[in-house]
Amino acid sequence: MLLHVTMIVFCPTVNDAVKVRMEGGVLDECEASADVLLSDTMDQYRTFQMCERLLHSPAKLANQLLFQIPPHRQTVLIERYYAFDDAFVREVLGKKLSKGTKKDLDDISAKTGVTLKSCRRQFDNFKRVFKVVEELKGPLVENIRQHFLLSDKLARDYAAIVFFTNNRFETGKRKLQYLTFQDFAFCAGQLINNWTVGAVDNMVEDMDVDLDKEFLQELKELKILITDKDLLDQHKSLVCTALRGKTKAFNEMEANFKNLSRGLVNIAAKLTNTKDVRDFFIDLVEKFIEPCRSDRWTAADMKLYLTHYTNSAHILDTFKHQVVWDRYMGVIKSCIFKMYHD
Amino acid sequence: MPGKLKAKIVAGRHLPVMDRASDLTDAFVEVKFGNTTFKTDVCHKSLNPQWNSEWFKFEVDDEDLQDEPLQITVLDHDTYSANDAIGKVYIDIDPLLCTEAASVISGWFPIYDTIHGIRGEINVLVKVELFNDLNRFRQSSCGVKFFCTTSIPRCYRAAMVHGFVEELVVNEDPEYQWIDRIRTPRASNEARQRLISLMSGELQRKIGLKVLEMGGNAVVGYLQCFDLEGESGLVVRAIGTACTLDKVSSGSAPNTNTHVHPNTAPASNACNSPSKDGKESPLAHGCRSTHNSPVHSVCSSQRLSQNFSVSVPTLIFTGMGSGGSAGKEAGPLKTLLRQHTQTALEQRGASSSGLLLNAREFPFFTLTSFPPGFLVHVGGVVSARSVKLLDRIHNPALGNTRSYKLLDWNSVTADEPETRDAWWEEIRQEIKSHAKALGCHAVVGYSESTSICEEVCILSASGTAAILNPRYMREGCLDIGSTDHRFEDPSPPSCGFCHIPYDELNMPFPAQLTYCYHCRRQKVPDVLFTTIDLPSEAAVTGKGCLIQARLCRLKKKAQGEVNATAISNLLPFMEYELHTQLMNKLKLRNMNALFGLHIQISVGENMLLGLASATGVYLTALPAPGGIQIAGKTPGDLSNEHHILTIQKRINDTIAKNKELYQINPPELTEEGLGSPIPEPRQRSRLFRSHSESSDELSELDLSHGKKDAFVLEIDDTDAVEDIHSLLTDAPPPTGFYSCNTEIMPGIYNWTSGIQMFTSVRVFRLSNANLTNQGLNKIFTDLCENLLKSFYFKLRSMIPCCLCHLNFTVAVPEEELIQVAVTAVAMTFDKDQAQEKPAEKPINKGSSENEEQLQFPLELCADVSSANTQPSSKVSGVPESTNVSSRVSSLERCSPLPEGRSRSLRSSRSFGGSSVTVVKMTPLSFLPGIRIIKYLGIINMFFIRETTSLREEGGVSGFLHSFIAEVFAMVRAHVAALGGNAVVSYSMKECVLMENPNKNQAQCLINVSGDAVICVRETDQEPTASMTNIGQTCCSANDGAT
Repeated sequence: MLLHVTMIVFCPTVNDAVKVRMEGGVLDECEASADVLLSDTMDQYRTFQMCERLLHSPAKLANQLLFQIPPHRQTVLIERYYAFDDAFVREVLGKKLSKGTKKDLDDISAKTGVTLKSCRRQFDNFKRVFKVVEELKGPLVENIRQHFLLSDKLARDYAAIVFFTNNRFETGKRKLQYLTFQDFAFCAGQLINNWTVGAVDNMVEDMDVDLDKEFLQELKELKILITDKDLLDQHKSLVCTALRGKTKAFNEMEANFKNLSRGLVNIAAKLTNTKDVRDFFIDLVEKFIEPCRSDRWTAADMKLYLTHYTNSAHILDTFKHQVVWDRYMGVIKSCIFKMYHD
Repeated sequence: MPGKLKAKIVAGRHLPVMDRASDLTDAFVEVKFGNTTFKTDVCHKSLNPQWNSEWFKFEVDDEDLQDEPLQITVLDHDTYSANDAIGKVYIDIDPLLCTEAASVISGWFPIYDTIHGIRGEINVLVKVELFNDLNRFRQSSCGVKFFCTTSIPRCYRAAMVHGFVEELVVNEDPEYQWIDRIRTPRASNEARQRLISLMSGELQRKIGLKVLEMGGNAVVGYLQCFDLEGESGLVVRAIGTACTLDKVSSGSAPNTNTHVHPNTAPASNACNSPSKDGKESPLAHGCRSTHNSPVHSVCSSQRLSQNFSVSVPTLIFTGMGSGGSAGKEAGPLKTLLRQHTQTALEQRGASSSGLLLNAREFPFFTLTSFPPGFLVHVGGVVSARSVKLLDRIHNPALGNTRSYKLLDWNSVTADEPETRDAWWEEIRQEIKSHAKALGCHAVVGYSESTSICEEVCILSASGTAAILNPRYMREGCLDIGSTDHRFEDPSPPSCGFCHIPYDELNMPFPAQLTYCYHCRRQKVPDVLFTTIDLPSEAAVTGKGCLIQARLCRLKKKAQGEVNATAISNLLPFMEYELHTQLMNKLKLRNMNALFGLHIQISVGENMLLGLASATGVYLTALPAPGGIQIAGKTPGDLSNEHHILTIQKRINDTIAKNKELYQINPPELTEEGLGSPIPEPRQRSRLFRSHSESSDELSELDLSHGKKDAFVLEIDDTDAVEDIHSLLTDAPPPTGFYSCNTEIMPGIYNWTSGIQMFTSVRVFRLSNANLTNQGLNKIFTDLCENLLKSFYFKLRSMIPCCLCHLNFTVAVPEEELIQVAVTAVAMTFDKDQAQEKPAEKPINKGSSENEEQLQFPLELCADVSSANTQPSSKVSGVPESTNVSSRVSSLERCSPLPEGRSRSLRSSRSFGGSSVTVVKMTPLSFLPGIRIIKYLGIINMFFIRETTSLREEGGVSGFLHSFIAEVFAMVRAHVAALGGNAVVSYSMKECVLMENPNKNQAQCLINVSGDAVICVRETDQEPTASMTNIGQTCCSANDGAT
């Protein structure tokens, strides 16, 4: 059965599946002929076809009467059916799951080497999950886990996909190519846990899929960090004092401080625009990660810098927006840590 | 008003979307019984409606309770147009009428539509309150238990075996009524389903009545069949064995009510009655069979009455078999039988007062396995076939009314059922006279079948002639206390049944007799063929194996009588050849007996198909089979000589290999004297060749040619070479596999609890228009062999295992189609102990690893091992090779049975908040390592499925695959609703597929049956279960099931 789902994913036709199995040496094991293997494989495809309908709403799998599948097998079956290729998801992440995108699947298939059939299945899975949880209230991951009976890890990944799709984050730009799906999934987790309405109050009649509008509005207040000359200087000196002697890249940090700070605060201030939300990741890369990388900061440098950058703001007397700052920088910090690699 | 039926509609789930606009459904339910209909409220806009209806109450006669199913129709409410049907559920409430069986039907039933298949599920509660009715003349037979199982059901004891019961009912087939040509397919299918459900109910009730009149309380080995006679109507017929069963736990005293008829009336033995038209088939070795010419049914005799009265004390089970004089006593017996038959017939014809049709008239038993000591001697297979022309059933009572009210044959006189009755009567007489000729007074393992093509119908019956121990029979008031030792004395149990029942000096057919290799006291034949299971006490050397003979014969297309004559002319040759093949294959495997022999001959427009399946074994009591000797007709030819030598060597090698494979190492005989064969030189040269037309000439062959005990195969033309090739091409099962068509494999005793049932249907389209017999044979043989191979492949993760109860059904649904349907069960066994026969029940220690693999439907668990090695990377884009798909025209499905093996039988799955009871299915009468604690009633279901989008559903394969899966689901749901967790003796009686690829249409009819049971895992090895124990386990099982 495991084989089966794997094959459905990877083998567009019965004949391909037969070939794979033959190469796997099934025939040698048990003196069967190619005809037998073909018919056996076809049987499996047919059974799977019947099963597939149930897999579209996994909760049905448990109380349907057509197949007697032991619970742990059900779990495996669902898990395998909803599994996806990182390479594929990377291509559609943040795109609208529309008919148009579906038409482009053959290009994606050619590019990623994932078969078209598998691409379609994965795409349909994304769309199905998206449709179901889009309008649901309550925690996103939990909703997905309940409706699709997925493991925690897979449910989180799907939550990331739904979240990206809903907010239409741009992930396809060349500059973002170096980021893996797992990088994005981690960031999505951070955003879901900290920047949505549900993050503050689970009981709120709102959903996890949208960013907290009030919070985004409040972010504008952070601008003071860069518009107020005194505050900016004060912030810089605090950070530099703390960093001095602790890193080789100190000079670059000092030189770039104002630039980098402006970058981060500007990102925060612009997030009320949907358009800028979409560019969130590209902005992070362009405004912060790339400059640091060109200055050859190490990951440790980055960590050190961001920690002090965040903490120093607390010491600024005239800066009153500590809570918003923490909520903002907490996410930014962990996202950048995750994204800062080659 | 002897009964009140109550039904409650609780809820629905997974309903289909009926309103495209809202993507929802406004469902309501109609509950109908007889002519009364109730409706629930409409549950608006929900795919999971909660109706929670009141209890709908139907006040009805118990007669109706038996006949009618409860009909539940789920509909979508539509304010403006007609309500759309979503689907139906038919619930057979018969199990509720037995006090011991289920008390309530409660559960989720799949909602079934003949066009769309399963469309959601509905939760229903059904109860019955029965009032006692002591009316002697009642027409109902509530309380009679029915079992499909062909042995005494576990947890019962046979106090008495009363004998044969049969009945048939006839009606017009709705499909063929004019009005149906303008009805929708759905309406027509539903009319048919409902009608057959009604007819089955009526049939069962009538059989029940007969059983009550005989004083029994149960029917065992109940076999119900449909004859879809097309224009001429629909016949539902059933046979069974009436018994009085006691619950084992009740601890009743052993039955002393035995009876033996004294031996009287010496008479001549001159009654090896040749069959009517003298077309005795050229069979030897315990097979007798006849073929009647087509008979035009101008039967005017009226049926007297359905009221079968109690039997006259007609004899039959005479004391028998003391000492070696068995044969001598057979003579009087025969005469006795004949006399009584005659009287019975006379009485039948003369009496108009509904006196008796004696059930003893036919001492037939549909059982295939028996309590120890029941079977005294076995004579051999008896079979009869008859070709009939079907006439349109003229049903005055039905007239042109559209009502499906069944005819009550008690009040209306109609010719037709009498005709069908008369046909069967004729066949049964034939069988009986064959049995008599074999010196036997009874026929066991008896079954009947038909094959219909257009207006020609072949009726077949077969069984095993036997002598039974009268201890189990009640035959009047005679009670001879000293019966027991008479029967136990002469025959040691392990070989007694092999001893010949007939007179050795006047044998009904030529056979070689020797003294029994076990007891050395009585004569045994050299080969024994039977239709029953191997008796549990029989001593077997090595293991058994499945032996099949397959044959195709072309015939000219013809009409009417010409066609029927052509068919009946072909039949003897087919039987002869099948028999020859069986015999040769048996020799090739170095075995000497066949059990579970089932010969099926199917008729098509331009061909006849013959398939004989049996399980070959080496009976220790019988002599070792001789080898097979090849003889050339023209000894002078050198190259030919060489060729013969090669073949001979191959055959000898194969025999040696088979000996090893099946572990046949018979104990060496120390003295040849005792078992010396009776000299019979003529018999020595008995030739087994396929072409009987030349057999006369061949029989004059020089005997000195070969070894004395060898069969001689003559090769003189290409046909014969073909035959030998086909003999040698049967591939043995791969290592680790065994196969048989009996309940369990002879020689394997330590079953573990792994089981996997599966059903596979293959439809082969013959492409070549002008095929030869040889070509057809090859195709047919390959088809069967490939089916077996595919099972071995699918089940490889269960090794070591045995495919048991391999039941092949062949049909020729259309001119160039061959359909083979197989149901079987794979059972695992413990390899290490395979040799020993444990004294007690097999120890049951399912290796957990094995079980793990079986946890999933067969076809899905395909390949756990290679799944692991499967690289999880992508396959490099391989352009599919189209040749494969276009070449293979064989359509196939294997549906597998979702026999999930649950860890604990009682465990119900709970996943996502809901649970479904795990229901196991097996064609066997038992589950290894599991104890059946309660029989809940018979499951007998009939479904029609039709599609007008065959291609979209994956062709015939996809269509059948999903249909069979749906049938399984519905069977399981019904069993679960009765509170059961398994189906035993499951069988697919009918699978009729009609396709019209050009119109993209197909239709399939399936009839399945089995016994619903509650069973528990045998946790401990307590030999006897105390009553309290049973009570407890019963409760816990119920808990689990709900």
